[in-house]
Amino acid sequence: MAAPLIQVENLKKYFPAGRKQLLKAVDDVSFSIGRGTTLGLVGESGCGKTTIGRTILGIYEPDGGRVLYDGADLAKLNKAQKKAMTRKMQMVFQDPYASLNPFFTVGEIIEEGLLIHKLYPDKAQRRERVYGLLELVGLNREHANRFPHEFSGGQRQRVGIARALALEPEFLVCDEAISALDVSIQAQVVNMLMQFQREMSLTYLFITHDLSMVRHIADQTAVMYMGKMVEYADTGELYSRPAHPYTIGLLSAVPAADPDYQKSHQRIHLQGEVPSPINPKPGCRFCGRCSKALPRCAEEEPVLKNLGGGHFAACHLL
Amino acid sequence: MSERILEVRDLAVSFDTYAGEVQAVRGIHFHLDRGETLAIVGESGCGKSVTVQTIMKLLPSPPARIKSGSILYQGEELVGKSDKEMENYRGKEFSMIFQDSMTSLNPTMRVGKQLCEGIRKHQRIGAEEAKAVAVNMLREVGLPNPEKAFRQYPHTLSGGMRQRVMIAMAIACSPKILFADEPTTALDVTMQAQILDLMNQLKADTGAAIILITHDLGVVAQMADRISVMYAGEIVESGTAAEVFYNPCHPYTWGLLGSMPSIAGSSRQAKEELLSIPGTPPDLFAPPAGCAFAARCSYCMKACLKADPPEFTADDGHMARCWLLDGRAAPVTPPVGRKAPAGKEGA
Repeated sequence: MAAPLIQVENLKKYFPAGRKQLLKAVDDVSFSIGRGTTLGLVGESGCGKTTIGRTILGIYEPDGGRVLYDGADLAKLNKAQKKAMTRKMQMVFQDPYASLNPFFTVGEIIEEGLLIHKLYPDKAQRRERVYGLLELVGLNREHANRFPHEFSGGQRQRVGIARALALEPEFLVCDEAISALDVSIQAQVVNMLMQFQREMSLTYLFITHDLSMVRHIADQTAVMYMGKMVEYADTGELYSRPAHPYTIGLLSAVPAADPDYQKSHQRIHLQGEVPSPINPKPGCRFCGRCSKALPRCAEEEPVLKNLGGGHFAACHLL
Repeated sequence: MSERILEVRDLAVSFDTYAGEVQAVRGIHFHLDRGETLAIVGESGCGKSVTVQTIMKLLPSPPARIKSGSILYQGEELVGKSDKEMENYRGKEFSMIFQDSMTSLNPTMRVGKQLCEGIRKHQRIGAEEAKAVAVNMLREVGLPNPEKAFRQYPHTLSGGMRQRVMIAMAIACSPKILFADEPTTALDVTMQAQILDLMNQLKADTGAAIILITHDLGVVAQMADRISVMYAGEIVESGTAAEVFYNPCHPYTWGLLGSMPSIAGSSRQAKEELLSIPGTPPDLFAPPAGCAFAARCSYCMKACLKADPPEFTADDGHMARCWLLDGRAAPVTPPVGRKAPAGKEGA
């Protein structure tokens, strides 16, 4: 594996949920992302995957653990260093309708980061840079003077990507970046993201609930359940040999776009729903929905076990 | 054996807006037999929801207007029926499951009251009896504690539970057709699998026919007997599920199938380019003269820009509107459609 660019160690993020209760959105999660690779982070809604992305970028303060960027602890940086760090880490948001300021033209949206970091002080050069970015993401320079509402969802997401790339970042968090788009547009945007990764050796944290897309784009995949990482492996390994019962159920629930395959494959369905993450019970958090649960599972919390070859899973059965 | 319960012929629906006429549905026809599932597939804005809402007469008119065509339900013409007359059909003969259960249920009414409303309207039974039917329905759709759910408000239920309530409401009067407009799009995959199973089971129990609207080809593969692919207000390809998946004929269908990464089979295509469709769908204020897909199609010929292609029969019950199927066009090899429909195993 490539040298890690991002290292997340025992990260915790709790939110107060009233009456002195805590919602443990992210509870003791560790992983690393190699330079120039993509980590796919998957799980059902409310499992904490977005919180991880936001905590890495410093949008949330962690309640425990630390995030290292290229070996440097992000919590120990001073203000100037933090600002410099935002150049290297950028985010593409889920909703291309809500994440672009409707009062700004597309040119102003893309330019804002350049102004904040005082790059391209010459106005004409800065304009050229904005035009260049627009062309990079498949829009054209005339679009710079238009407002976000004049664009379709796919085009807006391209603007969001151009904004993220404006500061020449090394690391990009894509939080459900393609979920709001139609399938044919999704493919365009994913192809573009993968092309940029090859050309600019970008590192991605790709957060999504779309398991087929993660299989397509990610080098490593991490599966989250209720704030815990339950499995982590190379993507090919995880999809062909899932170890954790939750991963097996999750993968089995994805309908394949192939009628004959569906008829010939028996699916294992997870029953019930994700329980409340507020003050979770001790033991394995998946215990209540797991068909293979042992008495031990309700008492003792499993830790990630190394199954060899960089494949980790947190389950007592293994 | 198969009894036709719904037939839509040459249906065209437009919206009159200040900016002009939006031709949302432009002359489509399809039919539905008893007990089968028809999936209507397409991207947002292709007219799939408008089609279904027109059949249910749910669109406000104006601005919506049926320009032409007929909708025959068991041989009876629905176009031109008044709202009052349609009330006898909605809920009883056909009903609908909406995408967003949060906005489709009344937030100020308890679940039970909303359910009983429809039941009492169509079945002329007392309040106590209606309650018994409603609780039974809630049990049938798999709510763990139906008596409690009966007294709850929608916001206290989770997304999956609310979708179950919507299904209970839709099937309460045993409709013959169930319209499901993106029924699982707002749900997580594990919940989606549960809801789709439930729909299939109810279909087997009641013999209702389903028209399923979705853009998720995985869901289509699991549910559909037949598929109609819509693009820019027209049905560009229709056929049995196996035909459309394994022997697709329209370049738009190729693009749709190719742009979805696969969860099944080998990982050979991982990290490869997805087959994407360049550009965006046309403006329905002024649809192009020729084929609506021509501007995005990599197989576009001169004829495509001049005239809208008619329906070509590719196989028995398999139709596509594409000039490539004309005898004069040079044959092309489709980039998708991997195997013959006969083989059960494989991949």
